[in-house]
Amino acid sequence: MPQVTLTVNGSTHTVEVEARTLLVELLREKLRLTGTHVGCDTSQCGACVVHMGGDSIKSCTILAVQCEGADVTTIEGLAAADGTLHPMQEAFREYHALQCGFCTPGMVMSAIDLVNKHPAGLTEQEIREGLEGNLCRCTGYHNIVKAIAAAADVMHGKRSELARAAE
Amino acid sequence: MNVVQPFEGIGASVRRKEDFRFLAGRGQYTDDINRPGQTHAVILRSPHAHAAISGIDVSAAKAMPGVVAVFTGPDMAAENIGGLPCGWQIHNKDGSPMAEPPHPVIAVGKVRHVGDPVAVVIAESKAQARDAAEAIVVDYAPLPAVATTEAALSAGAPLVHDGAPGNLCYDWHIGDKAALDAAFARAAKVVSFETTNNRLVPNAMEPRSAIGEYDTTSGDYTLYTTSQNPHVIRLLMGAFVLHIPESKLRVVAPDVGGGFGSKIYHYAEEAIVTWASAKVKRPIKWTAERTESFMSDAHGRDHVSKAELALDAEGKILGLRVHTLANMGAYLSTFAPCVPTYLYATLLAGVYTTPVIYAEVKAVFTNTVPVDAYRGAGRPEATYLLERLMDVAAREIGMDRVEFRRKNFIPVDAFPYQTPVALQYDSGDYFATLDQALESADWKGFEARRAAAAAKGKLRGIGISTYLEACGIAPSAVVGSLGARAGLYEVGTIRVHPTGSVTVLTGTHSHGQGHETTLAQLVADRLGVPIAQVDVVHGDTAKVPFGMGTYGSRSLAVGGSAMVKAMDKIVAKGKRIAAHLMEASVEDVEFDRGTFRVAGTDKTKTLTDISLAAYVPHNYPIDEIEPGLDETAFYDPKNFTYPGGCHIAEVEIDPETGKVSMVNFTAVDDVGRVINPMIVEGQVQGGVAQGIGQALLEAAVYDASGQLLSGSMMDYTMPRADDLAPVSVATHTTLCTHNPLGVKGCGEVGAIGSPPAVMNAVVDALKGYGVRHIEMPATPAKIWNIIHGGRAMAAE
Repeated sequence: MPQVTLTVNGSTHTVEVEARTLLVELLREKLRLTGTHVGCDTSQCGACVVHMGGDSIKSCTILAVQCEGADVTTIEGLAAADGTLHPMQEAFREYHALQCGFCTPGMVMSAIDLVNKHPAGLTEQEIREGLEGNLCRCTGYHNIVKAIAAAADVMHGKRSELARAAE
Repeated sequence: MNVVQPFEGIGASVRRKEDFRFLAGRGQYTDDINRPGQTHAVILRSPHAHAAISGIDVSAAKAMPGVVAVFTGPDMAAENIGGLPCGWQIHNKDGSPMAEPPHPVIAVGKVRHVGDPVAVVIAESKAQARDAAEAIVVDYAPLPAVATTEAALSAGAPLVHDGAPGNLCYDWHIGDKAALDAAFARAAKVVSFETTNNRLVPNAMEPRSAIGEYDTTSGDYTLYTTSQNPHVIRLLMGAFVLHIPESKLRVVAPDVGGGFGSKIYHYAEEAIVTWASAKVKRPIKWTAERTESFMSDAHGRDHVSKAELALDAEGKILGLRVHTLANMGAYLSTFAPCVPTYLYATLLAGVYTTPVIYAEVKAVFTNTVPVDAYRGAGRPEATYLLERLMDVAAREIGMDRVEFRRKNFIPVDAFPYQTPVALQYDSGDYFATLDQALESADWKGFEARRAAAAAKGKLRGIGISTYLEACGIAPSAVVGSLGARAGLYEVGTIRVHPTGSVTVLTGTHSHGQGHETTLAQLVADRLGVPIAQVDVVHGDTAKVPFGMGTYGSRSLAVGGSAMVKAMDKIVAKGKRIAAHLMEASVEDVEFDRGTFRVAGTDKTKTLTDISLAAYVPHNYPIDEIEPGLDETAFYDPKNFTYPGGCHIAEVEIDPETGKVSMVNFTAVDDVGRVINPMIVEGQVQGGVAQGIGQALLEAAVYDASGQLLSGSMMDYTMPRADDLAPVSVATHTTLCTHNPLGVKGCGEVGAIGSPPAVMNAVVDALKGYGVRHIEMPATPAKIWNIIHGGRAMAAE
């Protein structure tokens, strides 16, 4: 069986996989990092989003063997070692942006990448369009949009258009 | 110690306790659990809507790498395994029981819908099981299928079950037909309306999953499953399917990623992995792929209805006649028969004083996935029919649609209000929610916004729905008399530990609702224990005494009330202990949020003083009072609860594309007393999103041969962030009069009130095109055809 060596949340792992093994299967089944979820099998729902080399990717849509040498961050790797939540995690809690929690890891990982890629801030419409690849069935997205706008403020140290509009 | 922060009690928007683990990726959903020696199951499913099976050859599959076992329907039948039971029996007009054909766990001899289980492969890995499933050879002889609700009763339609002639499950009615006919005879105007309530796929984001485990030493079974009601699954599967006593069967529903009704029911896969785990003597995990969810999770809605409203010359409603065809799918799911009857036709009075109602409901079998309760369950169907009809009628009699509603509202002083269709509403103020919503949505300013949109080439519309629902399900004796085969009480345990922290055991189940926070707030409010010291345990039959689960917006109204009863017992016992410790008479001891006090004195004991005394009973009246401070209560509700309110939708249509955009949505709901406003707002927003999804986007579509065309998230349109607009949520409270918390329930109101508001807005936007009605979902193609294709294509 092929071997793949990759770094996940700062730890390097060498794992034997089948050629058809997906990254999400490697994470969930080989590394027991079950915070990354599978919701649809057709790359529609985004529950499986992780970061690879700083970009958000759908881990159900990439083979494990494509990840040789990759640097992957999952939801488990976001909080500080002392348990302090990432500003995006904190904002999701503050704004009640999660209910059942199943889409949440992928939603948070997508949101962080979205904010990182928009250093000038995001409008509400940009956030909504930026979440096209993530499905949530519980919240109606409204509180997710608010949480991302608030986290963007904290992450960039400045005020977003949405936050200004809300004031 | 025991000084409660005032912001943690009833009415505080406490941030959720459960969020830390979900946000850290440390939730534990069923598929996250792995048991030692675990194997993996893949279900082979029918690709045909209807076919006879003349043979199944599993020999090649059994020889595949990693395969542990392969089982088929006949293997289970040979062991006298029961079929999947139905939990509700409806009686026909003539008093005879409904047709209740068997529902084999794995098909025997015949498959009846695409997705019907045919075999299960158990292997060392899921990939190996999947490979082996492909090697099973099934000899199918395809049969003609009945794919639509309307086709089921037509002459010569293929029969889904030999035991259900004409594909009729039941022919039921409610109301006074003679009185209704008399009302119509004196009507100044009769308005008729026909509509279809589109079929939906619930699509909780977590696919269903189940792990069966058999302990060869003790003979005990454990089932981990994605369920809203683990005790119900234990009862149904243990007693009716696998014949395992409750004492030998533990059902665990850990973190569950959304349900919306679809995870109430007892499903085949739960029975398969539990039964087969004893065969292979190893744990077995099955997890649905999303396409499996589409063809095996119970679907929702799917009604075809005709309604007629009789009006007097002044626009007062004299009577309502309804005929509905309801699709049950290929088999009866657990609660399916009650949805289009007692959760639907009993709601047809809505918020109006309609004096006479007569409804006939025929339920039919088709070669489609079983249909059961989906968020709102029957009540969205009734509300949609009624609130679209109200708009159609208002326009036909030339009356303002708001005034027409107001004219027919149940007056504020008429409660308790007895409807002609069995229910007695306890409280409500429909005028108040209407006025608040009109104000909040700036209804008066709409025509200016319509004109502004028109100047930009857009068609803007506004729509309203004034609704109520019946939830807090349900009084056991009442539902028993209506055909329920279960009681619908709830159970709560309050366990005060020796040093004063509290564990709550609840028979309800949280799969997004936030019970770990809200129920802790009840304890903080009553017993004065900080919520950080209150843990809520649910979802495990080995820990929780009993329970009927979470659905029908019942967790607070029924489960919370059970907790209040249990806390009453804690306080009563605590007073007796406190009286002993303070050398006072019990009658003189008062209790308020954690402190027992001898009335009129400064003598006090804290709850912790009492709990310590109860568990270390040295100075204790041991002959009169048992040690310990741990109380359980069962609560059976006296009535349903009746949330209601007003939803207003504002939409804008791009005539070039036909796309409907949500511009504004206003919800003013009366959900009774609000425990956590933040959570209520979130529940309403989520429910409204599902309602907007039904109105504009979602439809489960079968072709004429019974193939499911919308079988993945690439084909079935789920609402995304940019399909929705902010939802303004407000509440106006009248208290429920018959439960101790005054709560009514908020989980379903969003999905119930919103679809007609949206569709009334869409029709309003298109009023220049002579459109009387548009069927859901209002897709761009439909709207474009109305605008560009003329009226013939519009009239679906």
